[in-house]
Amino acid sequence: MFSGYSCRYFGYLVSKKKYIVSIDDDCVPAKDPKGVLVDAVSQHVTNLENPATPLFFNTLYDPYCEGADFVRGYPFSLRSGVPCAASCGLWLNLADLDAPTQALKTEQRNTSYVDAVMTVPLKAMLPISGINIAFNRELVGPALVPALRIAGEGKVRWETLEDVWCGMCLKHISDHLGYGVKTGLPYVWRNERGDAVESLRKKWEGMKLMEKSVPFFEALKLPESAVSVEDCVVELAKAVKEQLGSDDPAFTQAADAMVKWVQLWNSVNSSG
Amino acid sequence: MVEPANTVGIPLNHTALLKDELDIVIPTIRNLDFLEMWRPFLQPYHLIIVQDGDPSKTIAVPEGFDYELYNRNDINRILGPKASCISFKDSACRCFGYMVSKKKYIFTIDDDCFVAKDPAGKAVNALEQHIKNLLCPSSPFFFNTLYDPYREGADFVRGYPFSLREGVSTAVSHGLWLNIPDYDAPTQLVKPKERNTRYVDAVMTIPKGTLFPMCGMNLAFDRDLIGPAMYFGLMGDGQPIGRYDDMWAGWCVKVICDHLGLGVKTGLPYIYHSKASNPFVNLKKEYKGIFWQEDIIPFFQSAKLSKEAVTVQQCYIELSKMVKEKLSAIDPYFDKLADAMVTWIEAWDELNPATKA
Repeated sequence: MFSGYSCRYFGYLVSKKKYIVSIDDDCVPAKDPKGVLVDAVSQHVTNLENPATPLFFNTLYDPYCEGADFVRGYPFSLRSGVPCAASCGLWLNLADLDAPTQALKTEQRNTSYVDAVMTVPLKAMLPISGINIAFNRELVGPALVPALRIAGEGKVRWETLEDVWCGMCLKHISDHLGYGVKTGLPYVWRNERGDAVESLRKKWEGMKLMEKSVPFFEALKLPESAVSVEDCVVELAKAVKEQLGSDDPAFTQAADAMVKWVQLWNSVNSSG
Repeated sequence: MVEPANTVGIPLNHTALLKDELDIVIPTIRNLDFLEMWRPFLQPYHLIIVQDGDPSKTIAVPEGFDYELYNRNDINRILGPKASCISFKDSACRCFGYMVSKKKYIFTIDDDCFVAKDPAGKAVNALEQHIKNLLCPSSPFFFNTLYDPYREGADFVRGYPFSLREGVSTAVSHGLWLNIPDYDAPTQLVKPKERNTRYVDAVMTIPKGTLFPMCGMNLAFDRDLIGPAMYFGLMGDGQPIGRYDDMWAGWCVKVICDHLGLGVKTGLPYIYHSKASNPFVNLKKEYKGIFWQEDIIPFFQSAKLSKEAVTVQQCYIELSKMVKEKLSAIDPYFDKLADAMVTWIEAWDELNPATKA
């Protein structure tokens, strides 16, 4: 459960703090367009401490930041927002592209600094990257599940999907429980190791698994009775096993891992 | 402190994309002096001016622009009794311009919107960006964290399903504003000095199922794909509400786009919004809307169109029936609005007879 990139989940498990920030070890602080070093931790904390707005899109993005607000037409009853569960940051230099894309565009570098934080709307799915992420452990800790391992998972980001699966679960659970997920700032500067073309040689299982996951999550409805994060993870695991288990053993393993993870979480984090 | 761009000396854009396929619709009650600044970017295009207010007033159009102009008398003459669906004394009248246009694309802009500068100080050709947005696919079914994946230097991120990478057709391109932000009256009253100085260098697709406040100040759309849904409602003179025209259109448009599998983008381009309207006047206009929108939003969020609704007109008529059924209880205004929605479609179809089989 805790091998490779997933070793970090052990850290999530044993932490006693409210917030977690997790960054890959090939990322360093980025500079903003003014040349100032970006304090990614500080930005993540700001994101987590301010409400999210998943129920209606604000065209000026984060309404709580300095110099911005809700625009005309934004319902007043939705302006207090909901708790923010996760803050997904981005990457300058080497963006988090998959192997085929990176192999095709070897020279491409992300130089676009998009100065915004926004809430990903309710029901919208997204690929959450584990490279630069933060979350409210008290709120949604167990929902970050180290579950999906693809066959031949490797030591470079292009050969994993654990964070993307984890993110799909996290977003779905957050939507169900009325929490928000933000994306955008902060940026980190990423230098990946590895050769994308080399990674292509391995049969890229991730692609197939993602294709199957999308309609599953789109149609999935967690029961009303699932009111805690742990309940949600267990229900989600059940659904994965039932609906995706026959498609690929990776899903069955993921479902089992999710259940085990919740048990582990509860035993490690039980009061006292 | 942001400033508008100085466009003196910028050469006329001779390679103007979609020159013969796009109309620029501008509602005005004052003058069109602002066009002088836009000349390098907009002169190659045909303008449709919708003159609101007193039809006996003459609106001067700067030299060199190719245009057609309609005042209230023209609207009444062309639409006859159906002219009742077109607002008077409100920029909502601009949708008449959408109706009479014969082009595939529309760009609409307010007469107090100037050319913005990007962070490098360069003048932003807003129309060019809108065209790029419209000609490129949208990605409403899965959010790309690097925003517009089709943009130079960007792409779909790891984990983005390959089957969704082709995207869908883009129906709407919603641009933003530097300087005076598009706030409602209460916010304007509380923050009269706030200016939007943040240039967010991104275009993104608004996910399926998500509603947004569509501002008509800096907007472009594919008239063939979504035109009939761009009705800006009953506002202004004789109506209990104002400043909700574009909002109403945006909610209808988004529900229909989601139903038909079309995309709506927001973000770039920016224009420089120069004039702040009077917040006390705005408050009077918006007052009812602020309460009504609390019911209107859940209505649109739960609106489900039938499988049989396959054209924009069919979707819109269905929506009008739902408005009559579910929103009339809030205020008789919605009953009138539902009727006006039907009148609008009738007028649209009359002026735009279907030529395709």
